[in-house]
Formats: sequence, structure tokens, C-alpha cells
Amino acid sequence: METVRNRLMVAVFLFVAAFLLLSARMVGLGFSPVGQSGEHWTRGLPAYQAKRVDILDRNGVVLATNLETSSLYADPKKVQNPEAAVRKLAGVLPDLAVGNLLARLKSDKRFVWVRRKLTPQQIYQVNALGLPGFFFQAEEQRVYPHGPLFAHLVGYVDIDGRGLGGIEYNFDERLKNPLDADDNLVLSFDVRVQHALRDEMERAVRIFQAKAAAGIVLDVNNGEVLAMVSLPDFDPNFAGRASADQIFNRATNGVYELGSVFKTLTVAMGLDSGAITLADGYDATKPLKVASYTITDDHPKARYLTVPEIFIYSSNIGAAQMALDIGAETQQAYFEKLGLFTAPFIEITEVGRPIYPAYWRDINTMTAAYGHGIAISPLQLASAVAATINGGYLIPATLVHEGEGFRMPGKKVFSPEVSEQMRALMRLTVIEGTGRQADVPGYLVGGKTGTAEKPGEGVYQKHATLSSFVGVFPMDRPRYLVLVVLDEPVGTKETFNFSGGGWVAAPPVGRVIARIAPILGVEPLANEVRGYQEVALLVSDIP
Amino acid sequence: MISFARSDQSLLSRWWWTVDRWLILALLTLVSIGLLLTFAASPAVAERLGLSSFHFAQRQFVFLVASVGVMFLLSLVHKKTVRRLAALMFPLFLGLLYATIFFGPEIKGATRWMQFGSFTLQPSEFLKPAFVVITGWMLSEQLKTPTFPGRKIVLGVFAVVLFGLFLQPDFGQMALISIVFAAQLVAGGLPLLWVVALGGAGIGSLVLGYFQVPHIQGRIDAFLNPESADTYQIDAALNAFRSGGLFGLGPGEGTVKKILPDAHTDFIFAVAGEEFGILACLGILLLFTVIVVRGLAHLLEQEDQFVVLAAGGLIILFGLQALINIGVNLAVIPAKGMTLPFISYGGSSALALAITMGMVLALTRRNRHLKTKTIKRGGF
Repeated sequence: METVRNRLMVAVFLFVAAFLLLSARMVGLGFSPVGQSGEHWTRGLPAYQAKRVDILDRNGVVLATNLETSSLYADPKKVQNPEAAVRKLAGVLPDLAVGNLLARLKSDKRFVWVRRKLTPQQIYQVNALGLPGFFFQAEEQRVYPHGPLFAHLVGYVDIDGRGLGGIEYNFDERLKNPLDADDNLVLSFDVRVQHALRDEMERAVRIFQAKAAAGIVLDVNNGEVLAMVSLPDFDPNFAGRASADQIFNRATNGVYELGSVFKTLTVAMGLDSGAITLADGYDATKPLKVASYTITDDHPKARYLTVPEIFIYSSNIGAAQMALDIGAETQQAYFEKLGLFTAPFIEITEVGRPIYPAYWRDINTMTAAYGHGIAISPLQLASAVAATINGGYLIPATLVHEGEGFRMPGKKVFSPEVSEQMRALMRLTVIEGTGRQADVPGYLVGGKTGTAEKPGEGVYQKHATLSSFVGVFPMDRPRYLVLVVLDEPVGTKETFNFSGGGWVAAPPVGRVIARIAPILGVEPLANEVRGYQEVALLVSDIP
Repeated sequence: MISFARSDQSLLSRWWWTVDRWLILALLTLVSIGLLLTFAASPAVAERLGLSSFHFAQRQFVFLVASVGVMFLLSLVHKKTVRRLAALMFPLFLGLLYATIFFGPEIKGATRWMQFGSFTLQPSEFLKPAFVVITGWMLSEQLKTPTFPGRKIVLGVFAVVLFGLFLQPDFGQMALISIVFAAQLVAGGLPLLWVVALGGAGIGSLVLGYFQVPHIQGRIDAFLNPESADTYQIDAALNAFRSGGLFGLGPGEGTVKKILPDAHTDFIFAVAGEEFGILACLGILLLFTVIVVRGLAHLLEQEDQFVVLAAGGLIILFGLQALINIGVNLAVIPAKGMTLPFISYGGSSALALAITMGMVLALTRRNRHLKTKTIKRGGF
């Protein structure tokens, strides 16, 4: 009996010791931090990971990102008093469709959306109501921190985060299925350049009461689009409120008869094909009558003009005759090579198809020489003009930044000699011709004006114009092209009521160049730094 | 409060004056805490399974009321009745244990349950107390009559029970019943050499299990080297204690019950730790200690070998089950499915434990009559 008692005592001690051990372990756990040795713990509460990667500009500035938010839904089976619940919710969410929600809450569904993507304050207020049967579902809200700045380019998404426009639409799969969380999409834009372009275009639109505007800043050597603006625009954070007119991308989707800026192409193809030389000239003493048409000059010199004069004074009469010498077939072959007969490839789907005559008569060849009778998008014009001065290569424009030094393979259109001559002619236009208002001291700006009469009911409207200026800088070694097109600008007292490209589009191009050149690392000529500084001081964000 | 006069010789009065009322109080407190914790932990599990929120809590309430009734009824009976009851229960549940292998539904890779209409019953839970009492009986008979082959009989019975559990398979119950059985043998005066041999056999079977049964190997590997294995449940349980701290997050504020599938059964202690804090858990632990120590202390002055061995085995069974469950929750022993007595959800477990502790209460009653009779005999 004694053995039994002793052994029972051992059992008691063993139990007490075991319980003490467990107590010690418990107290130890109570004083240690959560998560220690438990990386699996995170599986219960997964770390936040965005469902869609960010879109960045070439310098890593965020153009589109995501915010965590919550959406309110209800399980009608668990809602106790639908009438009272809806009444209380309406106090927090005043624009709630009360009748509709009440009907859905009384249905026998188990899941009913009440409101998607509430603000933190609304979430707090709804929680404070303490309504049974209402729950929050974590969701993502796509956010565009720059508002309207990249509306047409980055695009926008629907409430479920599906891309509906621009890059968001075209790269929907790529954004949803990245290689890893840091696999953000980097675009060719520079937010600073984009801002300068939009700012100056808005100013021009306001001053000249233009209906709309399109603008592009293009790297002429690799085809990267640094900025692209279409006005009017919209805030992609609230894309649902935008009108069709605001959503329409005039820089890529709109096709226009762009006018005299086409003379850049005409002269370049004339020189390249050997049809003309810089020493040639044409008679521009009086308007040219072809069949029932009369071709006139906007800036009539009423004399014999050399090829450079035709270009810098923008003579339609001279250009038309030049086109006849080049020949319809050669002209069309160059247009074809410059990609003006097909919709250009670009990384968004809002791209317009060019419009050109199905059958070319002489008059078509002649008007096309100065940009009438053929409608292309501003983007196509920018790429084509870039080909005339970058050494002769047509490089497809791109919106995606593939890294520094990357160069899209170009297609040779013009000889380097022609390209040299075109640089000189465009520079001359700004020094002596119609583009003087685009000049920026020290930056050797070159360019070409365009003033197209907009087609009306069967006839061209004399006073509704599409005024444009395509500028390139610096002309000794061209790097960037700046194009601004204004739709139906109205001349002001300062412009002597003129609304041509040289009066309304050249100044904003000059101002844009003055603002972006230093940003892009282009230095002014050493002997003109002072002149540049004086001009630059006059250009500012403030209207 | 009903009070009974000492002279009252009615059944209830006799019960009141002879039963261990402190032990009853501790057990009732434990049952109340169990009900409270089931209300805390089970709604999250029920909702996850698509049942009504209080499905488990309501059922557990019925189970616990029935358990308290069973415990009370059993505590009334004489120790001979306890023995007879065990003798009846044992063949019945042993039969059912083997029947589950053929008729029981397979749940999570094992067949441990018998289906009776909407009720499921786990025979092994009921078999345990019956086996322990039978063992105590046989061993005590041998102590009384050395020629009686009690040890050989129980060894044979033990083998049959163990094989049945092995077929299920239910390694946790196998380990539990083996330890209790060994403890009974040791308490029953097994020579020291044999005690050492028994310990060796225990370690040997553990090693054998480790190399022969992949399931056991996985659990032990996970315990020895948590980095190598999926220790999700254990990590979650440990973090529950950490986030609960001393005073807990408060009732209903815990998150572990939302992610652990067994939050209302095997891991209910972690839920208690998170919501009510370490101090409350220490209280629960203290209750178990009081029950075990007080129960065993009774036996130190007990003259009846059968009572010592049977009740001792039952208390050790009860205490070990609590130790293993809490040990798993605190990650001090390898993961093993084991319910926390009276606290984890489960009808079979609650009823079987009610039988266990009801028997303990019956066996540990002070035998007033025996003593008074002796005195009378001596005096007159």
C-alpha cells in the first residue's frame, strides 16, 4: 500500500510540474510580440497587393496608381428592417437611389451592392450606423494623380478596374498580369514637358477662343512622344462625366486637312526626287486657275519666288506648281512611304484613319502640296515632318519608354543631304518667314506654319481655320519637334485679327520650347544665353 | 441553498455529505467556462460552414446540461455499480469501435464516428473510462488475490483496444490510453525493473511510429523543425496568445477563430487566450490542476485498491487530456487532435468526460457508513 501511495505522490508532482510548465509558457507568450516565428500568420491576413500595376512616366513619376477602398454591400436575408436601414443610409449617402435599393433589399438575393468605393469618412459613418446585414468589400480604386493632364494617353478604367481608354485599355492584360509587383508600365512621357505643353495650349485656346487644340512633343531621333495634348480634355478620375467631345483624342484620332505645314513634305520630296533644286523658282505673280479652282496665296508677294521663298513665305501657288513638276505618282509614293495613307501604329487604339482622294486628278496633286484634300492626324504629320529633318528616317512614334538609348528602327525616306537642306529652310522660316514668332534666342528654332481653311458645306470656309505650327529645335542638330494645332482660333487686337498659324500657333510653340529645352537638357548657344534668359523670364505658368 | 441534516439518511442527503463538493464546484465552473467559450469561438466556425451562428453553441448547451445530469446521476451510485457499469459499457463500445471501421463515415481521413440519425457518436471516447475502470478492477483483484491473473487479462484487453484504435486510425487516443494504462500498472505495484522496461517500450513504440507512419513523422518533424513544415495552425494559435496579452482583446474581438478550422474544438484554448487573456487561461489551468490534485489526493488515504487504481486512472486520463490539448495549443508538444475536457465543443467528448468524472465522484465519496458501522461494531 505504501508503494501505491508513493507512486501516486509522484503522479501528483508530475502533474503539478507539467501544469506549472504550461503556465510559464503561457506567461512567456503573453509578453512576446505578435508575428514572431510566424511568417505563415500573414496568410490569414494577406498583405495588400494591387491588382493592377502602376503607370509611370519616363522619370518614374506615377501617372496611374491604385488606392485601397471599400464598397458597401448588403445580404438582404440579414437586413432586419430594410426601410429604416435605407433611411439611415440615405442620411450618410444623400444621393442614394432609395426606392431602387429598398426593392433590391427586399428581394431574395444574398448579395446586393449598395454603393461602390466609399470615402474613408463615409465608411466611418456607415460603420457608426451599426446596421446588421451590411458589409464592406475591399476594392481598388484607380487613381490618376495628375487629373486631366494625361487623360487621352493613360486613359481610364470602369468601376471594376477594366481599362476603357488609352494605355489602360490597350495594355489591360499587361497591367493586370505583371511579371511581378514592381513590373510597372513606363511610358515615354515627361510629366514636366506634358504640363508645359498643356499649359501653353490652354493659354492659346483661351486667348484665341479656339474650339479645340492638339499638340505633340516628339523626340525626332527615336520616335518617343514626350507629350501629347488634346483639348478639351477631361479628368479620368471621373471619366463617366466626360462628354464625347472631351474624350475624343484630337492628336491621334482626329484627321484634318492641316494646310501649309505639308509644304515641308512637298519641298523635301521635290529635292529628294530631283524634281527641283533650291535654285529653282516659280511664278507667283497671280492666282493660279486650274479647271474651276483658283489657288491663291495667304501672304501674296505677287512676284517670281525661289524655292526657299515659296517655303518661308508659304506660297500655295508655288507649291502647287512644284507638285506638278514632282508628279502625282512620285508624290503619292512619298506619301505612302511617309505612312500618310494608313492609320499609324501607336500604343493606343484611338487612332484615326487618314482620308485622301480615291482618284487623284491634277488638282488633288496640287492642293495636297499645301495640305488640302488630304486629311491626316497631327501625330502622322509630326512623324512625317520629323523624317524630313532627322536625316531622312520615318520612325514610328511610340508612347512606351523602352529605356535610354533605345531607337525604333526607322525607314529611310529622304537623303541626309535633303534633310540638311530642310533644316536650313525651316530655320529660315523662323528667321525671315511666317514663323518668326516661334523663335527662342539661342535655340535655333526652325519650323513651318499652317493655316488650313476648314471644309464646310461643299466649300472651304474662309474664316474657320485650322492654324498650326510645327517647330523643331535646335535646327543644327534637331532633337525635339513641337506641334500645336488650334481649331478655329479668332484673331485678337494683338494679332491684328489674323488667325493664321504664324500668329496663333507659332507663339505657343516658341513658349513651349523656351520652357522645355532646359528641362530636356538642351543648352542655348553660348553667345545667346543672355537673350534666352530674358525671354525665359517672360514665360511662366501664370497666365 | 438546500441543506441536509447529517442524520438524514436519504439518498440525496447521503450524497451531499459524502461527495467531494469542492471537486463538484470546480467541475461545474469548468462546464460554465466551456459554455461561455463555445459561445465565443463557435459562431465564427458555424458561419464559415454556412450554419446558423449559434448552431454549435446551442448544441453544446444541450450536451453540457445532459453531461451535468449524467455526472450527477453517476456520482450517486455505489462503487460496485461503477464497476458493473464499466463492465457493461466496455464490450458495447469496444464492439462499436470495431463497427466504425466497417460502417463509420470517413471524416478527415479517419473513421472514428458512428452515425445514429442526426447524431454522431465517437465510441473511443466512451471506451476509455470503461477500459480504465476494468483495468483498475483487474489489477486490484490481483493485489487482493495474487493467483488471479489480472495483469495478463488487462494486457490482452489492452492489446484489443489498442488494435481497434490503430485501425481507425487514432494515434492520439492510442498514446493517451497507453500512458494511462502504464500509469495504472505502475501504481498497481509493478516492480521497478518493469517500470523501466515499460518506459523503454513507450519510447520504442514512438520511434517505431515515427518511421512506420508518415502522419506521425510529419507531425513530429513539424514540431522539431517548424521552418520545414506547414505549421499554420500552431503559428496562428501562438499569435493568438501573443496578441491577447494578459487581459485579452475582449470577447468577440479575436481573429484566430476566423482562420482556424478547429477553433471551437482543438484550438478553443487559443481563442480563450486571444479574447480573454493569459490570466483567464491561467485560471482555467488552475481549475484543471485543482481537479487533478484534489482527486489524486483523495486516493492517498484510500484503503480500497480498486478505488485507487480505477479513480486514479480516470483522473490521470482527464488530466492528461487537458495537458495534451493545452500543450498543443502552446506548441510545447507535437500537434495532436485532443479535446480540452468540458471546454471543447463535442457531444461525445462531453458525455464521456461526464461519465469519467461522475465515476471519479462516485469512487471518491467518503464512506461514512463503513466507518460508522465499524465504530458501532467496536463500541457495542
